[in-house]
Amino acid sequence: MLTIKDLAVSFQARRGQVDAVKGITFDLGKGETLGIVGESGSGKSVTSYALMRILDAGGKIKAGDVTYSGVDLRNATESEMKDIRGSEISMIFQNPRAALNPIRKVGHQIEDVLRRHAKATNQNARQKAIEALKAVKIRDPEQRYEAYPFELSGGMCQRIVIAIALACDPRLLIADEPTTGLDITTQKSVMDLVSDLIRDRGMSAILITHDLGLAAQYCDRIIVMKDGKIVEAGDPLSLFHNPQHPYTRKLVDATPREGETIRSLLPEDMRVPLLPHKIEDEPLLQVINLTKTYQGKTGPVHAVKGISFDVKKGQSVGLVGESGCGKSTTSEMLVRLLDPTKGEILFNGESISDIPAQKFGKSALRRDIQMVFQDATDSLNPRHTARQTIADPLQRLGGLSGVALGARIEELATLVGLPHSLLDRFPHQLSGGQKARVGIARAVALEPKFLILDEPTAALDVSIQAIVLNLLADLRAKLGISYLFVSHDLHVVRLLCDHVIVMRGGQIVEQGPADDVMTNPKDPYTKELLSAAPKPPLRRVVTQP
Amino acid sequence: MPSRLKASLMRIAQAIPVVVGVVIISFLLTRALPGDPAVYFAGASADEASIAEVRESLGLDKPLIQQFFLYTGDLLQGNLGNSLSSGQPVLTDLAKRLPASLELTLTALILSCAIAIPLGVLAATRPGSMIDHICRVLVTAGVSLPTFFTGIVLIYVFYYLLGWAPSPLGRLDFIYISPDQVTGFYLIEAALAGDFEPWLGAVKQLILPATTLALFTLAPLARMTRAAMLTALGSDFIRTARAAGLSDGKILYGYAFRNAILPVITTLGMVFSFSLGANVLVEKVFAWPGIGSYAVEALVVSDYAAVQGFVLAMALLFVALNLVIDLAYTLIDPRIGFDAR
Repeated sequence: MLTIKDLAVSFQARRGQVDAVKGITFDLGKGETLGIVGESGSGKSVTSYALMRILDAGGKIKAGDVTYSGVDLRNATESEMKDIRGSEISMIFQNPRAALNPIRKVGHQIEDVLRRHAKATNQNARQKAIEALKAVKIRDPEQRYEAYPFELSGGMCQRIVIAIALACDPRLLIADEPTTGLDITTQKSVMDLVSDLIRDRGMSAILITHDLGLAAQYCDRIIVMKDGKIVEAGDPLSLFHNPQHPYTRKLVDATPREGETIRSLLPEDMRVPLLPHKIEDEPLLQVINLTKTYQGKTGPVHAVKGISFDVKKGQSVGLVGESGCGKSTTSEMLVRLLDPTKGEILFNGESISDIPAQKFGKSALRRDIQMVFQDATDSLNPRHTARQTIADPLQRLGGLSGVALGARIEELATLVGLPHSLLDRFPHQLSGGQKARVGIARAVALEPKFLILDEPTAALDVSIQAIVLNLLADLRAKLGISYLFVSHDLHVVRLLCDHVIVMRGGQIVEQGPADDVMTNPKDPYTKELLSAAPKPPLRRVVTQP
Repeated sequence: MPSRLKASLMRIAQAIPVVVGVVIISFLLTRALPGDPAVYFAGASADEASIAEVRESLGLDKPLIQQFFLYTGDLLQGNLGNSLSSGQPVLTDLAKRLPASLELTLTALILSCAIAIPLGVLAATRPGSMIDHICRVLVTAGVSLPTFFTGIVLIYVFYYLLGWAPSPLGRLDFIYISPDQVTGFYLIEAALAGDFEPWLGAVKQLILPATTLALFTLAPLARMTRAAMLTALGSDFIRTARAAGLSDGKILYGYAFRNAILPVITTLGMVFSFSLGANVLVEKVFAWPGIGSYAVEALVVSDYAAVQGFVLAMALLFVALNLVIDLAYTLIDPRIGFDAR
């Protein structure tokens, strides 16, 4: 149905030509779902834009053939392409809220497509748009028709994007990271909806994702891309069980799944034994009935509704929940950037919730409680080098300067595995993993006793995530830090944490030792979270003869 | 919709304290001006006693607070006091001159929007092309040429050298009779009266000063339109629209332009206020009997009632303008009502 042969795409950049896709060949059968998996910069999205011919300015197809049901898409005229887009081949995108026109009613956006492809007239457009909303299982479609994107949740927006894509019954659907940025339960419902629709309508589909586990669950066949080339192709099971290419092996290893340890995420040659970390019985941090209420426009918003838990010395505690569950508010209160409405936080038996957040910076305890932020890029000052970033807490709170400061910075860089030659680079000159290391070095610079990790790997590729998680595991063994690991990904939390707390709607629904919660969840919500996570094929146990 | 309606009403209510503040500040500002109006008003040969008499008749001997209440009391009755230099009530002067300024400014703005917005859109859709370069040249020229200079150049070329334009003296050549004073806008008056000749005469007088102002206001508008269009065209929802096969016209105008127009409207508001300031010079160059030249003359002779009236009228105009812009925002952007507190 779709054949791509030796496709090469290049972009005209300021410093010359950049080859994004370097000659790839694959085909897609009728009714088949193909996964294209790769990390950022692999050229997987560019491939799909090229075949739709919607490359950004400066991008062009350099070589190769793209044939869709006998039509040469590379040489088709622009008006032919316009007829194909949306009616024959459709696309859904990541970040669904941004993918919708913010100031147009969603119903009208669906009508635009229907009218364009003559699937509706002025008389029946509204009714057909509502049907399209019904097809993507949106409740109260008549009311949602009138909604603007900002009034809808992320999952709902993605359903609208899907409704727009499928309104004209295309035969090929391209999904470009359709669930990135969505909660795990939303991800599951969106993906289930997409795969049901694909099956019911007998469509072919291409799923572009960085998540090998997700691709394995929903695709018939997977292509692995790296640096603009296909490194391996095959069915999910054999790809997981018997990866041929070293890169595929690295990706497979780095995909968190059941029965893994934190070390097995790394390539085999890096799996040195994990140092044990000591957990003492004494609590380091005690949270008692912590409450946060915001004053909203329509009345008080109860972000955190009285939660209590302990973190023992040396213990790593995972705080899991979906967006809006109050986990970020909680971590901000613990790191003393936000004042709680009610309740107490005891640190080493001393109350720190009495000190106002604005004054906590001057408290002696500031250096004991540090944080690693979610977005490694946004949390670094773009005009500070890595050295300046790491020096900041050392100068302000550690009182270091001169030679001692320089020596300590280099010591920290070694500790987090950042080559010293990179210390004088600015954030934009560093890779995602390197930026994460700088952020971690800054947080551990003062040897804090308690470190809050706010989704430190959420923005990273899986192979980098594997390395960062292992770095964190090594650091806690070396420095004896207690962690509060905030995440929405139960699989990742299980790898690093001893104890897990599951939050929903500002309350703790379940907490206990990580293994207990993961293997034997008691609360229905925990069960839902666990079942929503993609289930890649398990590692095959190779028995040595 | 109710939330948007509420936001609009809230916005209108917010204008009230601003107006009160404006009244207080314009009153205090004019009292702080150097020069004693009583001395000026009493004339060159006045002695101490007659100055004191004049001061008393003007109410200037009373305490400031009392003067303020007298002033606001008069204000509520629509009495802005008398201009010392023209001898007319300030309100009458303003009513005669404000329309002249507004006619000039609005014509200039319409002219510059009509050029700047299409130019910006074209430049954004074809970056690096000829039209983009033309846009850049025009923007740079518009920013760097002061209005009095462009005004004089235009007069020199079109009146003196080519003789196409009438003499740059006021709103209407003396061979025509001024149209009736209803709105004060000559173009509207003449059109309503069905007199083609005076209308054409008014247009001829208007075209050079309006072009001068338009050149000045064109630059920020074209630049903002171009930037906003580029941002809008680069956003994710345009990619969605392209992937859905929507037509170029729909993508450009239905999707990109409607989003890009929001910052352009903000700029329009700012440009409007700039051009009211720039008006003073243009009015001087073209002998335009507008409010700008009136204010300058009043200021020079410490004609405090006129200055006060001018400041108040301008401030009210600005408040009204900002109100209109905010309301336009609420109409275009559905998110406004939601965010409003």
